[in-house]
Amino acid sequence: MRQVIIIGSGPAGYTAAIYAARANFKPLVIASSVEAGGELMNTTDVENFPGFPEGIMGPDLMIKMQEQAEKFGAEILLDDVTALDLSGDVKKITTGNGDTFEALAVIFATGSAYRKLGIPNEDRLSGHGVSWCATCDGFFFRQKTIAIVGGGDSAMEEANFLTRFADKVYVIHRKDSLRASKIMQDRAFANPKIEFVWNSAVDALLGDDALTGITIEDTVTGVKRDLPLDGLFIAIGNDPRTHLIHGQLDLTPEGTIAVKGRSSKTNLSGVFAAGDVIDPTYRQAITAAGSGTIAALDAEHFLSALPVAVLAQAEIQ
Amino acid sequence: MSAAPAVTDATFAAQVLASSKPVLVDFWAEWCGPCRAVGPILDQILLENGDKIDIVKLNVDENPQTAALYQITSIPAMKVFQNGEVVKTIIGAKPKPAIEADLAAFIG
Repeated sequence: MRQVIIIGSGPAGYTAAIYAARANFKPLVIASSVEAGGELMNTTDVENFPGFPEGIMGPDLMIKMQEQAEKFGAEILLDDVTALDLSGDVKKITTGNGDTFEALAVIFATGSAYRKLGIPNEDRLSGHGVSWCATCDGFFFRQKTIAIVGGGDSAMEEANFLTRFADKVYVIHRKDSLRASKIMQDRAFANPKIEFVWNSAVDALLGDDALTGITIEDTVTGVKRDLPLDGLFIAIGNDPRTHLIHGQLDLTPEGTIAVKGRSSKTNLSGVFAAGDVIDPTYRQAITAAGSGTIAALDAEHFLSALPVAVLAQAEIQ
Repeated sequence: MSAAPAVTDATFAAQVLASSKPVLVDFWAEWCGPCRAVGPILDQILLENGDKIDIVKLNVDENPQTAALYQITSIPAMKVFQNGEVVKTIIGAKPKPAIEADLAAFIG
C-alpha cells in the first residue's frame, strides 16, 4: 500500500508529485501509457511559464517536471487507470496492465480531453484530414489549404504553427471576436497566410475516404456554403476527464470535480483533485501547477493526521 | 534503441509488401510526441508476438514517398500489411490493451 497515489502527469500531477516526494511520501504517479506529460506534450513554445524568459518547448518543460519529481523519490508508472474504488479508507486503483494499487490518499489530476465538434463523419475522417494535433500532423499539409476551428490561445498557436507548412490557414470561429490572449491574436492577425472566417460554425465534413472540404454555416444569417479543404484541425476547447470517478466524486454544473473552497478536497475523505479537472475557468499550465501544490499540501495534512500505525502500514507498501 | 527495425522508401517493397507474414508499419516522426509514446508499446507487442507479426518503423520525415503513397495525414499511424495489401489501420497513440485488441486478428 502507498501513502499517496497521483493520477495524471500534466503540470498538476507532476507538481503534486514534487511536493509529495519532498514531504517524503514516496508518491506513485500513474502517468498514462501514451499521454504521459499531458497536453503540453503536443504543444510547441510555452512562453508564459515563469522562469523561462526565452520560452520553453512544452515537451521539454514536462520532462523537466518529471525529472524534478523523480529526483525527490516519486515513482512514475506508464500505465492507465481503468477502475477506481475511492469509497473506503484504503483507495483501490486498477490499471490497464491488470495491476491493483492501494493508497491512503489519492490526488486526481487527469486534466481534460479534446472536445469534438459532434457532427457526423468526425470519427471516420479522423486521421484522414481531420486532426486534433497540429504539431503531429501539420507536416503532412505542406502547400495545402487547411482550416482550424476555434478562437482561443490553442487555436491561435496552432494556426500560426500550421502556416510553417500550409499555404493557407482559415481560422473558423463562431463569434466575431476571439477569446485568445492579445499577443496571440496580434500574431495571428499579422500572419499573411491566416484568414479569419468570423461568425461561422462547421456544419458538415465532406469527403468519402479523406476530407475534401467542409460546409460552413453563418451563425448570424444561417446561410451555408462549402469550403474546399485538405485538412481541418479542431481546437474548440477541452472537457474535464472525469469518466473514472462518475458516481464517486461530486461534480460541478460545469462538469469539473467539485472541491471545497480554495482547497483540493473532494466530497470523499483522502481524495483530492487538482488541475484542469477542477478548473472550468483558467486552465493554464501555471494554474494547474499551483493547483497541484495545493493538492499535495492538503494530502500531506490529511496523511499527517492519520494514526502513526496506519501510516506505517502504507510505508511497507 | 527500438526493437522494431526501420524500413525506408527503398526497402519498403522487399521488407513489407513481399513478406509472407503480417507486417505492422508504424509511421512516425521524431517531432511527434504521441509517436514517441506508442513506440515502446509496439516494441513490447513485437517481443511478445514476434512469431505471428513483424513490426517495423517508417520515419515519415525521411521517407516521404511511402507516407504519401499510403496517404498518411496523421501520425502515429499503424498499418498492417498482409500479402502486400493494407488490411488494418490504427490511427493515434493508444494504450497497449487497446492496440492488442485492434490486432486481435493477427496476434490473438
